[in-house]
Amino acid sequence: MANVISDETMEYVGILAKLELSEEEKRQAKKDMERMLDYIDKLNELDTSGVEPMSHAFPVQNVFREDIVTNQDESADMLKNAPAQRDGSFVVPRTVE
Amino acid sequence: MEDGRLLEWTALALGKKIQAHEVSVTEAVEQTLERISAVEDTVHAYVTVDGERAMKRAEQVQKQIDDGTLRGPLAGVPMAVKDNLCTKDLLTTCSSRILENFVPTYSAQAVENLEAAGAIILGKTNMDEFAMGSTTETSYFGPTRNPWNPEYVPGGSSGGSCAAVAAKECFFALGSDTGGSIRQPSSFCGVTGIKPTYGTVSRYGLIAYGSSLDQIGPIARDVSDCAAVLEILASYDKKDSTSMMRADTDFTSALVDDVRGMKIGIPRDYFGEGLDEQVREAVMDAAEVLREKGAVVEEFDLSLVEYAIPAYYTIASAEASSNLSRFDGVKYGYRAKDYDGLHQMYKRSRSEGFGAEVKRRIMLGSFVLSSGYYDAYYLKALRTKALIKQAFDRAFEKYDVILGPAAPTTAPKLGESLADPLKMYLGDIYTISANLAGIPGMTVPCGLDDKGLPIGVQLLGNCFQEKTIIRAAYSYECSRAKLAMPGNVQQAMTGNAQQAMTRNAQQALNGDGQLTSNRDGKAVESR
Repeated sequence: MANVISDETMEYVGILAKLELSEEEKRQAKKDMERMLDYIDKLNELDTSGVEPMSHAFPVQNVFREDIVTNQDESADMLKNAPAQRDGSFVVPRTVE
Repeated sequence: MEDGRLLEWTALALGKKIQAHEVSVTEAVEQTLERISAVEDTVHAYVTVDGERAMKRAEQVQKQIDDGTLRGPLAGVPMAVKDNLCTKDLLTTCSSRILENFVPTYSAQAVENLEAAGAIILGKTNMDEFAMGSTTETSYFGPTRNPWNPEYVPGGSSGGSCAAVAAKECFFALGSDTGGSIRQPSSFCGVTGIKPTYGTVSRYGLIAYGSSLDQIGPIARDVSDCAAVLEILASYDKKDSTSMMRADTDFTSALVDDVRGMKIGIPRDYFGEGLDEQVREAVMDAAEVLREKGAVVEEFDLSLVEYAIPAYYTIASAEASSNLSRFDGVKYGYRAKDYDGLHQMYKRSRSEGFGAEVKRRIMLGSFVLSSGYYDAYYLKALRTKALIKQAFDRAFEKYDVILGPAAPTTAPKLGESLADPLKMYLGDIYTISANLAGIPGMTVPCGLDDKGLPIGVQLLGNCFQEKTIIRAAYSYECSRAKLAMPGNVQQAMTGNAQQAMTRNAQQALNGDGQLTSNRDGKAVESR
């Protein structure tokens, strides 16, 4: 069955993805996504009832360690890549009035 | 030393000459840099070449070799690094506008391991933007061209690394493989590449695409070089929580020319519709070579092959949408010039900074993870992944190695793939399942098609069984003429492309005659 994605859903996905698409890009993205979802729907041919979702190929567990600082203070170096910086901080637009 | 000859050697051969003081590290670096300037206008394998840094390192490494502190087989050997691996103080772009000015403050663990072993980094290689693509055409910095014929793509996403090795612009290179990004371009460029078992090489400092699938690996001129590089790359790393503690990383010990009794399975599902006839023949001939050497070769049904691509694109896009949320114009990378408030700054920076393919996957990933669709798409894909893993488990109960093509065709022409993304995704059919199952795989050149473009055979092994596939690949390589590298790229570049390439293809095919005679081999025994 052909997937049809509503404009509202596209708008919502755009918010989740933090992307601002032009009208042309939106039209193309909707078309691409519908086509991909039609293709992904092929998975519905498979009976996966009772199959555990596998997020990792091996039975590995989370790895915990003590939160101990091992590196030097590299903040000055880190800031070199900042698009805007001042007084050892990243500069961003005002968010709280 | 005769000019140019040095460039013909493998990494291990060069390393040996350096240890024997027959060649200096500076000489090796200089000649490779000259080669880069000669062919790079046409091949465009590199995003960044830093000759000054390389020459400085060459002096340091030479000193350490002279005083006996560096004795490794790759000390002084010039190499290249894919541009999604962080290199301290060296531009790392992921071939994206959003990172066009990013200079890391630390190096990836894989890079550190190689530098500690004395390898010399010449520069960073071109790739599909954020490793999303199969042709290296989605790079913000323009496509890389296939050294065998510049009208064709090198494959992707590690296309720059594979092209650089094929064009002798380095002795080996690092790539990353999320769905075939080492194995497919290795096939298209006629070089050898390994995707190790997930967790074998630390991902620390690899700019993430699909974290549960990404794995770093070597790309080189032959199997021995690949094994030697992988031996250095593999290490347990506390900084990567998926890193595996392994005691069996002496991969060069598997360079043994003996496959007697080895059980090799050929999945019938890999030889169906869509597979180019010449690729099929060349891959079957490779299987025949191994059978003649004493391997037991039979066909079997792997099953579920057609479900790997939809499962992969769901999972990879989901992980990408999460991983790439860190690029927001705040701490590093591109920030839009005009915006109104913080949220618009995020959105504009990302929308202007990412290319079309990256945005397509972020959108798809955000969708399949959104509430209401999560179970139907994302969890369904993870359940499919479990079934695919089970299919491989069953196969490896019977076989030591699974042998098949690395890609359905040889390299497509530049400009033919991007118009239809879904069609491009289908080209990943033979490589993608290895990433879902976490198993190791490698590509070895096995012939040329009638256009003179390389064909690769893919060998898959069970988890942690790199040595088995390395032994099979090495045995195969011992029994046929090594695929000559695209001889005279330089000549080809100056106009007479077609003629020079064809001549080179002839040469490679005739070699010592083995590759042509193999083509008459019998059909593979089927039971």
